[in-house]
Amino acid sequence: MLLLKLAFRNITHAGVRTWLNIIVLSFAFVLIVLTEGLYDGMLQQVRDAEIDSNIGGGQFWQKDYDPYNPFSIELSHSEIPANLKMEIEKGNATAVLITSASIFPRNHIQSVQFKGIDPDQKIVNLPVYILKNETDSSIIPGIIGSRMAKSTGLQADDIVSARWRNINGTFDAGDIKIIKVINTEVKSIDNDQIWIPLKKLRDMMQAPQQATLIILNKNISEIPINNSEWIFKDHKYLLKYLNENIDRKRIYSTFMFVLLIGMALLAVFDTQVLAIFKRRKEIGTLMALGMTKWDVIVLYTLEGCIMGILSFIAGFLYGFPLLTYLAKKGIVLPQIIENTQFSILRILYPKYGLKLYVLTSLILFISVTIVSFLPTHRITKLKPSDALKGKLT
Amino acid sequence: MNKFFVLFASTIIFTITGFAQFPSGSDVLKKIDKNLVLDKAISYTTMIIHGRSGIRMIKSKSWIEGKDKAFVEYIDPPRDKGKKMLKLREQVWLYFPEPTDRIITISGHMLKQSVMGSDLSYEDITENRKLLDMYDANVIGSEKINESNCYVVMLTGKIENITYYRRKFWVDKERWLPLKEERYAKSGKPLKRIELLDVFRLEKRWYPKRILYHDLMQNGDGTEYIIESIILHADIDDSQFTKAALKK
Repeated sequence: MLLLKLAFRNITHAGVRTWLNIIVLSFAFVLIVLTEGLYDGMLQQVRDAEIDSNIGGGQFWQKDYDPYNPFSIELSHSEIPANLKMEIEKGNATAVLITSASIFPRNHIQSVQFKGIDPDQKIVNLPVYILKNETDSSIIPGIIGSRMAKSTGLQADDIVSARWRNINGTFDAGDIKIIKVINTEVKSIDNDQIWIPLKKLRDMMQAPQQATLIILNKNISEIPINNSEWIFKDHKYLLKYLNENIDRKRIYSTFMFVLLIGMALLAVFDTQVLAIFKRRKEIGTLMALGMTKWDVIVLYTLEGCIMGILSFIAGFLYGFPLLTYLAKKGIVLPQIIENTQFSILRILYPKYGLKLYVLTSLILFISVTIVSFLPTHRITKLKPSDALKGKLT
Repeated sequence: MNKFFVLFASTIIFTITGFAQFPSGSDVLKKIDKNLVLDKAISYTTMIIHGRSGIRMIKSKSWIEGKDKAFVEYIDPPRDKGKKMLKLREQVWLYFPEPTDRIITISGHMLKQSVMGSDLSYEDITENRKLLDMYDANVIGSEKINESNCYVVMLTGKIENITYYRRKFWVDKERWLPLKEERYAKSGKPLKRIELLDVFRLEKRWYPKRILYHDLMQNGDGTEYIIESIILHADIDDSQFTKAALKK
C-alpha cells in the first residue's frame, strides 16, 4: 500500500512528463480501438449487405453452377425440386435463373449475365418489384447496379440490344430497357449483371420451371434437404472469399496496431530510463531507509502501471464520446475508394465490442507494465552507497 | 359467277406457274455445296479484321479436305506467325508456338469465341451438319444482288440444337453461289451478314474470292476474308490433319 501511495505521488509530482506519457498512451489506445472498430464494422457491414442482398439464409446451387467458371453458367440450370418449390411457394425462398449474354452499348460488345428473379420476391433486398412497372411485353425490363451503369454508360430508360442463347444453344436477340439504376454496396449483384423478371428470362431461354440457384430466407428455421442435383451452400461457404479478403486487409490494421503501440511504449520506456537515471540518489535514499531492491523495482513498475491506468481513463474521457459519435454517424469515405477492389461502402460505421475494449486495454496494460519493468533491472545491480553517490553502474 | 371463276382460275394458274419457276430449296442447297465443298485443296488467304482499335491483317495457309478436315497455319503478322489450327469435323485444336508451345482444345462453350478477334466464331467454322438436316429450305422469291439475279432461300430451323434459328440466302441463279446470307435470332433480329464481294472461276465452278463477315449486333466494319490463291486436287498427306502436325 505504501508503494502504491508512493508511486502515485511520484507520478503526480512528475508534472508535464507524466501528462505527455498519458496523452501518448491514451492516443494510442483510442486510435487502436478506432482502427480495430473500423475493420470489425466494415466486416459486419459487408457481411450484412451480402446476406441481405445476395445470399440470404444460404443458397441451393444447381450441381453444375460455378460462379467462377463462366463456361459453367450455360449448363447450370434445371427444374426446381418439389421440396424447394414448396419453400418458394411458402415465401421462404426465391429462385434465380442465370445465363450468359452479350449486350451492345455504345457500339461495343460486353459480356454480361442475365439474372432472372421473381419481381414479387421478398427474400433479398433488391428493388426488383420495379420490373413490374414495364407493361410493354415486347420489351425486356432490366435493372442494373451503379457500377454496371458506369462501365456501360447505361442510364435509366436507355434501351440496349442484347444477344443470348436459349438452352438448346440457338441465338436469340432483343432489346432491354433499363428501368432503374440501383445503388448497391454489394458488388456481387452489380458487376456485369442485368436483373430481369424470372418468367421473362425463362421464356427467353425456353427453360420453363428452371433455375440456377435458390436463395433461402435469412430467417428460415429449417434448411430443406439436399439432393444430387441441388446442393446447399451455407454462409461459411458463401462468405469464404469475403472473409479471406477481409483477413488479408487485417494485416494493415495489425501493422497500425503494432506501430501505435510501439510508439506509445517507446515513450514509456524512454521515461522510465530517464527517471531511473535522474532519480538514482532517490533510489539510494530509499534503499538506505530499508527498501529492498525488489521494492524499488515494484515501485517503478507500479508508476508505469498507474500511468497506463490513467491513460485509459483519459482515453475513455475523450475517446468514448468521439468513438460513440463515429459509430453513430459513420465515417464518409472519399469517392475514389469506391473503385478499389474491396471497399464498396460509402459510409463506414465502426463497431466496438466489449471484447475489443478489454483486449486492447489488456494488451496495452501488460505491454506498459513490461516496458516499465525492463529498465528497472539495472536497479538489481545497484549498491545503495553507489546510488547515494549518484553512481549508476 | 363467270368473272369469279376466271379470277379463281387465273390465281391457281399464276400460283402454279409461279412456283414452277423456282427450284426447290434442297436443290439450291445441293448446287451450292457442289460449288463450295472442295475435295483436296491448298489455299493462301488474308483475313482483314476491321476492329474498333484499327485494322488487323492476318495471312494464312490452309489445307482443306472436304467439309470435315482443315488445317490452317498463320504466316503473318509476326505476332501470329506459327499459330496453327486443326479442324476435324466438329472439333478444333489451336497450337501456340514458343514460348507457349501448347495445344489447346477448343470445345464446348469455347467454340462460341471469336476466331483471332474476327467476326467469325469457331462455331461458325466448325458447323458440319448438312443444312438440310437442320433446316427446312424454301425458295421464297427472287431478287437482284449486285446486278445478279438471285433466288431467295429461307431456311427455318427444324431441330432444336442449332445456332441460328433462321437463315436467308440470296443464291446467284447462274453461278450457284450464295452472294449474301443473313442469319437471324429466334426473335427475328438479324445477327450476322455474309456477303460475297467477289467471285472467281475455279476450273468448272465458281468460288468466292472475297467474303465479308459482319456481326450485325456490333457497328463495326466486319471481317474480310480474301482467297489469294488456291490449288485444287493438291497432294495432301493424311498426316497433315493430325494433332502431331500442329507441333511440326
